[in-house]
This record gives sequence, C-alpha cells and structure tokens, in this order.
Amino acid sequence: MLAKRIIPCLDVKDGRIVKGIEFVNLIDAGDPVEAGERYTEEEADELIFLDITASSDKRKMQVELIDRTASKVFIPLTVGGGIRSIDDIDDLLKAGADKVSINTGAVENPELIKRSSESYGSQCIVCAIDAKRAGSLQKWEVYTYGGRKPTAIDALVWAQKVEELGAGEILLTSMDADGTQNGYDIELTRSVSEAVNIPVIASGGAGNLEHLVEVLQEGKADAVLAASIFHFRKYTIPQAKAFLKEKGIIVRDV
Amino acid sequence: MIVIVDYGLGNIRSVSRAMEKLGAEVIVTSGLANVKKADGVVLPGVGAFRKAVKNIKDLGLWGYLKEYIEDSRPYLGICLGLQLLFTKSSEHGTTNGFDIIRGSVERLPEEVKIPHMGWNQVSYPSENTIFNNVKNNSFFYFDHSYYVIPDKKEVIAGVTEYGVKFPAVVKKGNIWGVQFHPEKSSNIGLELLRNFINNAS
Repeated sequence: MLAKRIIPCLDVKDGRIVKGIEFVNLIDAGDPVEAGERYTEEEADELIFLDITASSDKRKMQVELIDRTASKVFIPLTVGGGIRSIDDIDDLLKAGADKVSINTGAVENPELIKRSSESYGSQCIVCAIDAKRAGSLQKWEVYTYGGRKPTAIDALVWAQKVEELGAGEILLTSMDADGTQNGYDIELTRSVSEAVNIPVIASGGAGNLEHLVEVLQEGKADAVLAASIFHFRKYTIPQAKAFLKEKGIIVRDV
Repeated sequence: MIVIVDYGLGNIRSVSRAMEKLGAEVIVTSGLANVKKADGVVLPGVGAFRKAVKNIKDLGLWGYLKEYIEDSRPYLGICLGLQLLFTKSSEHGTTNGFDIIRGSVERLPEEVKIPHMGWNQVSYPSENTIFNNVKNNSFFYFDHSYYVIPDKKEVIAGVTEYGVKFPAVVKKGNIWGVQFHPEKSSNIGLELLRNFINNAS
C-alpha cells in the first residue's frame, strides 16, 4: 500500500540554509546538499528546497544547487520560491528538480499551471497554497507573497481550480498554525483533501509526533512537511516513522 | 556503455547521475549514432505516452530501438519506458507502443488519488537478478497515472497494489521494465540500477 510521506523542507538563500537551523554533531549545517544527504540517510521520503534568495543571481545559484544535489541525493526533490514563468520552471526541471512548487506565481497567472502541466506533466507541478481562516465559518482565504497579501480567494475553490488546471499535488500551509507548534489545521487539511483528487501535503504547526498522526488520519493528508521539529532535532525522522507505524499508519521503512 | 535515451521527457539527469555514481560509463543522447554504441539502453520518461512515441519517432530512433529490444539486448524501461514496451496505451486516445510485450496500458481506477505518487511496496514472487540485494516488499518511488496489463502473466516479475494490483516490474529476457523510479528510490533504487549495469556488461 502507498505510504504516507515525511518531507523535510529547507529554506535556502544564496545557496545556503537559513533560519537558524542547527544540526547537532554534524559537519557544516549550512550546505543544503549535505543536509539533503543527511536527511536521505535518515529516511526522508522527499525533499523540498524553498528558495528565498532575492538577488538577480538567483536562478543561476538555484541551478547550481540542484545540479549538486542531483549527484548526491536520490529521492524526489521539489524546488520552490519565486517561480513566475515557464522559463523559470524549465530551468529548474532541466537542472534536475523533480517537481516545482508554485504559489504566488499561480495565483497571479493561473495559466502558468495549465501550460507547465501540459508541457511537463502534472506530476512535476506542485501548487503551494497559504491559507488563513476567514471569519468564524469553515472558510479560509488564500494569501500570497509569503503570507503577506490577502487575495479574497477561497482556499477550497482555489484548490479545486488548480487541480482542474493540472496541478499534480497541493502543498497546503495553514498560516494560523504555522510556527505555533500546536498542531496542523486539521479542518483546513481535511476540507482540501476531500475537495480534490490529487495528493495534499500538510504544512504548518507540527510540534510533536501526535500532530503528524492527526493530520495524516483525521486531516486526510497524504504527506507531511515538517521543518522545525526535524531541523532542531526535536525528533528524528526514524523516530517519527516508528511512532506513525505504531499508530497503524503505513510508512516507508528501509 | 550505458546509453540513456533523451527524447525530451522526464528527469534524465537523475538517471544519469545515479548510474555515474554506480561507476557506469554513461552517455545521455538523442542521436542514433550514440544509441548504437550501447551495451545497455535505458529509456526513462515521465509524461504522456503519445508524446513519447512521437518524440522518439521524430528523433529517428523508433526503428532501431524496436529492433534492439526485439533482439533481447539489455534494456531498462523506467515508467514511461516500461509502458512503451507494450502494444498500446489508452492515454489521450489509442497509441501503439513497441509491442514487444503484448498487452495494454490503462488508467488507474478513479477510486484512488491519481497520480499514484509516493513510496509503495513491490513484492516479487521469485528470485531474480533484477532484485539482487533488494529485499522482498521494499518500497520504491512511484509517480504515474497509467499501469500496464500484460496478456501473459509470466512477464510479471514484481507487483504492487494501489486501487488495483498491477505489475511494478516486468522482465522478458534482458528486457526489464519498472513502473517506479529507481533513480528516485534512494539506496534500494541504486541497487536495482546496479543490477542492470551488471547485466549489461
């Protein structure tokens, strides 16, 4: 049976990991490729690199990074951050990324999803959605520009729209839960998961292993993205998988 | 010399990098002259069957590849590369494949989320050079919406289940086809690729 996936996400800037990530007892915490190798050894199912580089050298650095990663890491790699055009997608996939994650770029230009999924196949196109609760009803609003700009677009409607346009997967971040370590937004995740027929990766709020169980079971997520709990070594991936397995969740073990 | 055929579909780089890491001499090519140098041919591919056939034909490689495979020379088809071995696919209307293995390619059932994306287990009924150093029921990375249905069951070397039980691995002599992506399946995937490299040399 298909396993649920655990996907560490690394924020990258100028070719290095950012956001105060520390790995105890390891050499060079700053190199994404080494971190990628380390995570692969620890049974991560996929990797995501989110690039927040601002400079005009960005694409060149990303390509170089992906190239290096491709010779060392043999699990799926998704790259996101500032993707706005077909050329961006082309460069990244040709460099060796398996999937690209598009967020603001998709909201501002939905055609981008359609064209890129037609050219490369849906399986390469992940649509990232940042969602925040709107009012007291079971409704969530889509935000762009790193969660700074409200769009007045309903998250469920948008999720269905991107599926229609050809996205192969949704990376769903709850802005309310993100950073709280109090658990994922279960209602949001379940609502989106039930609204679409493509895989949903849950993101935002993981603080302990029980949260992972909740979002995969009640939240009906197909995969979990986790940053802090793994980066700060609160838990290791093998620990997380052992816990999930105990709760009856199918995970890949080696 | 392992030749990886680049017909414009799929993450070629991962495949070539994986094989290089295993110490193989690798060429990535779209040119017939290079393909003819092969001791082993790898046809990767992610995307549409119809487009794959068109691209390979446009590159002038279809005829040679068909003969190469018919001669049962070492061949590894990955994902689309497996599906192309078959008679036909129902993706986007009907398109004919190499027809080396009689059977069809059909869409996964609507009861499950499509594509089949993620790690799933592959069980093999009997020992096989493809699976040297690969434990039974190991997890491999899948990412596809269509699956193969061979007319004759004896070509099935490995099975997985997702909505339906279907072949994850087919084998006909030196012709190997895998529905999953060994180049994305971490160490287990590398073992399988190593087995192919050994078989081709």
